[in-house]
Amino acid sequence: MTITPQDPLREPNAANPGVSPDALELIRVDMLRFAKLQLGNKEAAEDMVQEAMESALRHLNGFSGQSSLKTWVFAILKNKIIDHLRRAWRTVNFSSLTNEGDDSEGIDLDAFFNDRGRWRDGLRPVAWPSPDDAVRSKQFWIVFESCLDLLAPKAGQIFMMREFLGFDSDEICLQLNLTTSNLHVILHRSRLKLRGCLETGWVRSGASAC
Amino acid sequence: MLNCKKVTEMCSQEMERDLLLQEQVPLRLHLMLCSDCSNFRKQLRVLRLAMQRYASGDTDSTSSDPPSDR
Repeated sequence: MTITPQDPLREPNAANPGVSPDALELIRVDMLRFAKLQLGNKEAAEDMVQEAMESALRHLNGFSGQSSLKTWVFAILKNKIIDHLRRAWRTVNFSSLTNEGDDSEGIDLDAFFNDRGRWRDGLRPVAWPSPDDAVRSKQFWIVFESCLDLLAPKAGQIFMMREFLGFDSDEICLQLNLTTSNLHVILHRSRLKLRGCLETGWVRSGASAC
Repeated sequence: MLNCKKVTEMCSQEMERDLLLQEQVPLRLHLMLCSDCSNFRKQLRVLRLAMQRYASGDTDSTSSDPPSDR
């Protein structure tokens, strides 16, 4: 009898509790969504998720069980995306990422503020539930994902490099040939848009606006 | 005197770099007086936490309640 204790696709057992095909499929779907957001390309995202999954399964004994399997596989995926972007930076001229359209596809700050620089009525930020409540709420994550999709493609990608992949500002500026102040404007606009979207979709619709 | 447009910009920059003392003082003064901007600033922290959780696949909620019910 052949025993393959490291085969995670077997039914959950004492050696790898909870690693069932169903669980893996759920994780895969989430990974795919995440990779697609980062890469802006479905095929590339699918390849990368596949690679990350295979790499995770090959090295399953490196998984200590201290974090959840999902967290662990996500970390592998994240590193693959970071490597991919760095490679792309070496071979592709990425100035196209920033040269065109960041102003036009970005949001107009005047949509939020009046001519005296004050918040427009109806757009004034309200108090949100606590951060812990936010990340524990199912509704929050549903709205969060749909709001991410609303970010302008290029600005959104830069925003996610910073916030999801943890690139530091200097590296982003250097690789994408941006000035620090360009970068700050792009990040700021993305944050304004994202928080406005979350407030509308999550806080206000939850009837918890104060 | 800083207006809200400028203050939100500074709140966002605060997520990227340490503000200078001469920036911090007028910023704090404005935030003390303006609940809108003060809410905005807190929201940026929620965003960052959410982004970090999302990027580590840690989005399994423990509650399906709307936020107001918690």
